[in-house]
Amino acid sequence: MNPVPAVKTLVIDGTDVSASSDQTILDAAQENGISIPTLCHLDGLTEVGACRMCLVELKGSTKLQPACVTLVEEGMEVTTQTPRLQKYRRMVLELLFAERNHVCSVCVANNMCGLQDQAKSHGVTHVRFPYRSPALPVDVSHERFALDHNRCILCTRCVRVCNEIEGAHTWDLLGRGVNSLLISDLHEPWGESDTCTSCGKCVQVCPTGALFDKSKVGGKERKNPDFLSYLNDMREGLR
Amino acid sequence: MEKLMTLEELEQIANERRAAKEKSPRALNVCVAAGCLSLHSDAIKSALEKEVQRTGANCRVAGTGCLGLCSQGPLVSGEPDGCLLKNVAESDAAEIVARLDSAMPERLLCSREQPFFQRQTVIVLENSGRIDPEKIDEYIAADGYQALVHALTEMTPAQIVQEVSRSGRRGGGGAGYPTGLKWGTVAKTIGTTKYVICNADEGDPGAFMDRSVLESDPHRVLEGMIIAGYAVGASQGYIYVRAEYPLAIKRLQTAIREARRLGFLGSQICSAKFSFDVEIRIGGGAFVCGEETALIASIEGRRGTPRPRPPFPSQSGLWELPTLINNVESFANVPTILRRGSEWYASLGTKKSKGTKVFALCGKVRNVGLIEVPMGTPLRQIIFEIGGGVPEGHRFKAVQTGGPSGGCIPEQFLDLPVDYESLKEVGSIMGSGGMIVMDDSACMVNVARYFMEFCMSESCGKCIPCRAGTAQMFELLTRMTSGTATPHDLELLEDLCDMVSNTSLCGLGQSAPNPVLSTLRYFREEYTEHIVDKHCRAGVCECSKLAEVSA
Repeated sequence: MNPVPAVKTLVIDGTDVSASSDQTILDAAQENGISIPTLCHLDGLTEVGACRMCLVELKGSTKLQPACVTLVEEGMEVTTQTPRLQKYRRMVLELLFAERNHVCSVCVANNMCGLQDQAKSHGVTHVRFPYRSPALPVDVSHERFALDHNRCILCTRCVRVCNEIEGAHTWDLLGRGVNSLLISDLHEPWGESDTCTSCGKCVQVCPTGALFDKSKVGGKERKNPDFLSYLNDMREGLR
Repeated sequence: MEKLMTLEELEQIANERRAAKEKSPRALNVCVAAGCLSLHSDAIKSALEKEVQRTGANCRVAGTGCLGLCSQGPLVSGEPDGCLLKNVAESDAAEIVARLDSAMPERLLCSREQPFFQRQTVIVLENSGRIDPEKIDEYIAADGYQALVHALTEMTPAQIVQEVSRSGRRGGGGAGYPTGLKWGTVAKTIGTTKYVICNADEGDPGAFMDRSVLESDPHRVLEGMIIAGYAVGASQGYIYVRAEYPLAIKRLQTAIREARRLGFLGSQICSAKFSFDVEIRIGGGAFVCGEETALIASIEGRRGTPRPRPPFPSQSGLWELPTLINNVESFANVPTILRRGSEWYASLGTKKSKGTKVFALCGKVRNVGLIEVPMGTPLRQIIFEIGGGVPEGHRFKAVQTGGPSGGCIPEQFLDLPVDYESLKEVGSIMGSGGMIVMDDSACMVNVARYFMEFCMSESCGKCIPCRAGTAQMFELLTRMTSGTATPHDLELLEDLCDMVSNTSLCGLGQSAPNPVLSTLRYFREEYTEHIVDKHCRAGVCECSKLAEVSA
């Protein structure tokens, strides 16, 4: 049995906040209107701490900690915006843009994209790293949806929502490192997947134009992941 | 057979084995660990066996573990005089057996008086090359399992943890975490089900310590694990071995079977209220699975990727239960620590790094092989006395320790005593114990590129800095070696080193820039030469060839 969570008080960016001991720094910050950038995090899904956008500085530690998985502690002093953190966040974004083929102007998610939004807010006007320009396929075998690997940032939100919420576990990753690839079932075309229920949750949680509705054209793929909190509340009997 | 209970019964097995040896004291022990085996030492062993049978000579022929000096293999050691024969071939069998009573041929003799053997202090390797790794009674005759029986019958778990803590033994990870502290944490964590894991997913380029220990003396590792199980309150252990080590796996399987037969594994071991069993889990070839949380994920049957810590495995490990995870060398030290006492163990080594360290000495050095020295032994002694120095005609340039997480140490630090702190100070790490010696034929930019290629292809891909950052660093280093880099690329490379080491999720990414950082620190002029002059002083990089053509 889990112990009853205690109340902790801490300081985030100079603001005193209180939080329950089972909350993360990110939870506490969001509750208090302090914005910490994220890419792989989504309310309602398990955390993976993979994108490193939410790294924050803690007083007394030289190590940066991901806000999405670090639990609050009494007396903690958190800084979410420093030149160093902003530099690292910009570099994460630059690395993503250089990793695959992100061409916003022809993307279905143009102006509605998590990656693009972060780039805008972090002032990423250009990419200093060599573009890797890998040759990646597009899977349009599904009746309603499509997967464009060129725009995938491997955040695994789709993998998690399919496994944790829909319970289908259609998506997973193949290979490793820069060669990681999102696959459906045992690397079969999405349209031939036995497990996919065509529920479309993966499309809604995808922060970029990697997963999209075939009926949408450039700049029209508006994602709506808000259903997650509702489903989670239902599951826990809160609604 | 009746299960073993007491020290007396253990002694009886040991005595029987010793008596059998005394009856026929003469023996030829052929190294059948992977190094010599790759030179067909198994064929030499059967040739010797045939020859002994043919001549009717009174001599046993046995297989044994690693004798250490791998570069002179295949090696055969003789009993009872302890002579060592090097570069043995199948065709030498007749001559060796014929001269059992006289002197062995000069060309085959390998002196045990040389510094390679004399300068070592062996704990982990004490039975290596001396016992048959497939026979449990040979291990028992070498005082094996005494520590376990003693621990189970006369010590409390807390006393064992205290002994291990007092020994000062530290782990093989980058930080050298104290083994005793880890044991204590797991022991104190509340829970009825706990696990012990032995990390044998050795994967650093040039490192083969764990493989050799498992092939040469598997019971030592098992004994350490069982003692650990008792000390922390676990009843199940796993050994995670990489699939590339088939011989180590086979020897472990034999050892586990034998240990079960004698009751060292199973229920109510030595009549104590303690049950423990060990299973082998075979790794699928991912370097990152040496990282403890990735290793645990792999044992659980999931994709082998690390997760953020905390929680640490000591609190929430395998199947979210308290888990003790140590590497092969740490477990292999435990029986000796208990048998000879923590005080004795702590008397070896330096102030903060106790005991001994096993190194796989390789690269441009005369004596390639496996060595064990007290912590604090100067690099110069390891490389030039034990290792015999670099082969003639070349000059020592640097030594790489700690694998892809470590760094290159230049000549000016050769008198550095090797311990956790001093290595860290000069930009490298102790790590698992790989030691690659490089001479002036090595290009440091190329070396950095080699390790970056390794990290890039072994990155699991979960976190962005490691996945995309190592790929970018590899690309930038490739530009340098191929002569297309600009000074701006060096700036980018340094920026990435800083970013990847500070933002990556696990140790693999956090330490991936180390080979670049350490070569930049000591050999920066070589980078400049590659970028500005398009020149590689070692003559190994493509950029030199380009410059020649255009000149």
